[in-house]
Amino acid sequence: MTVIEAHGLRKEFTVRVKSGWLRRRTLRVAAVDGIALTVERGEMVGYIGPNGAGKSTTLKMLTGVLYPTAGQVRVCGLEPVPQRTRLARRIGVVFGQRSQLWWDLPLRDSFALLRHVYAVPATEHAGRLAHCRRLLDLDAFLDVPVRQLSLGQRMRGELTAALLHGPEVLFLDEPTIGLDVVSKQAVRAFLAALGAAGDTTIVLTTHDLADIKRLCRRLIVIDQGRIVHDGSLDELHARYGSRRRLVVDLDEPLAAPLALPGVTVESTQANGRRITYALDGTAAAGDLVSRLAEAAALRDISVLEPDIEDVVARLYARRATP
Amino acid sequence: MIAAVVTNSVFGFLRFAVMLAVIEAGTRTVAGYEEPQLATFVWAGQGLIGVVLLWALPELAERIRTGDVIADLLRPIDPVWQLLAADLGRAGYAVLTRFVVPVVVGALVFDLYAPRRPITYALFLCSMLLATIVCFACRYLVNAAAYWLLDVRGPQTAWTLTSGIFGGLYFPVWFFPHAMAIALIVATPFPSVIQIPLDILVERGLPTVQLGLLGVQAGWVVALLALCRWVQWRGERKLVIQGG
Repeated sequence: MTVIEAHGLRKEFTVRVKSGWLRRRTLRVAAVDGIALTVERGEMVGYIGPNGAGKSTTLKMLTGVLYPTAGQVRVCGLEPVPQRTRLARRIGVVFGQRSQLWWDLPLRDSFALLRHVYAVPATEHAGRLAHCRRLLDLDAFLDVPVRQLSLGQRMRGELTAALLHGPEVLFLDEPTIGLDVVSKQAVRAFLAALGAAGDTTIVLTTHDLADIKRLCRRLIVIDQGRIVHDGSLDELHARYGSRRRLVVDLDEPLAAPLALPGVTVESTQANGRRITYALDGTAAAGDLVSRLAEAAALRDISVLEPDIEDVVARLYARRATP
Repeated sequence: MIAAVVTNSVFGFLRFAVMLAVIEAGTRTVAGYEEPQLATFVWAGQGLIGVVLLWALPELAERIRTGDVIADLLRPIDPVWQLLAADLGRAGYAVLTRFVVPVVVGALVFDLYAPRRPITYALFLCSMLLATIVCFACRYLVNAAAYWLLDVRGPQTAWTLTSGIFGGLYFPVWFFPHAMAIALIVATPFPSVIQIPLDILVERGLPTVQLGLLGVQAGWVVALLALCRWVQWRGERKLVIQGG
């Protein structure tokens, strides 16, 4: 079942630029420039792009907070802007840099208030809250006013608040921004469990590519308001030529160089006793290792996975030098 | 809270002292108010300020300016109703605290006018509720100006001045010429906040007049809330979520 559907989605902002003493020029800037995407129920989609690429703007249009300049969009079968309050019952939203909790209330009271705001039956609410309390370890700070919580604690509270009404879609805008390693892991593990359950569709924007690696099978890369990649992480690697590396330490240098399809020697060190091979998508590391073992005495091997950060940095850099 | 109650009470003394000066310069009545009626007008008025919350901080404007208003827009209830519900809860608490204290202080020191008809108490409670909603709507409109202006200090100051002068806070609107007072009461929302509830309380006029005044307030409630909804709708179309 299709949960999110957008065609030709576009948002322009008016920007005034100083162009003289008292003169201002008015420019139209497209933050989102014709996006088309569909997301099926239960999918977990990573939405990434450099600062200012249009990620948050897209999310705000999908949640009904911003009016699109052009294009069609449907979320849960509803039109986000005209049907915003109806849609709000069926989606959960966390903006990492904002808070939907009440600053002066303890989490316990905020959650109780949200039950009434969303008119959730008491038993459903209690069940979901108990689940979140267990998985996100909330009990230690449930009675502390939100203003006194650490960022990590608050973010766990925000996630709970977004889920208490059992949303069909969860939109997360940089949910791990500014969190320490432990809190990041807690949030990721929670989201992974939620995604694995399969009922909730999750759309996640982030700058932390470890989030994506851990959580999302599908990756949408946006740049300058346009989608430049929509597919799996592996497809991204294949498309942008990222390669795995195999580093081997040998007792003696190889008598003759190995020739295997899809394998190239990237560098040779220590008089030929350390060789770094680059493997493209078709080559299997196992074949290479067994051939090497036949040819020489292996002391150590390590496989280096392609770094997603490198791929993305290359992707972003391409725009800087068109 | 305590500071507000003390301030309201101290200003009660100042305001009533000024009123007494006006009375003593002439006869024992002024603009149709007897001295005890005027005492009630001032002291109940000092309490009413806290209930309707005439001078609230422009919180919504600040949320629009910083972009935090997005959290309000993502709730399943229209922002106008969300904030109205919160404001009515606040007002209920203020009736028990900020309204009671100045009235008790005034009653201890001065001879206050107590309503003679029991129905007046019920009418006053209704009127206070309507006044709270009118005041909420006016403040909402001032705040919503932030969708266009970002900075609402101008509208805020205008609201503080006009509501004080034309609403009956600084002095009863009946101090103006009669025709102007009537025009203000019917054609502007300001007297619906302070003047009308107090006139109902001090029984200025018969029960039919009191009911008529309630009707005026009810009309303003409907008109202003409709205006709030419309302004909110326009504001959302204009909205740029500030700060990314």
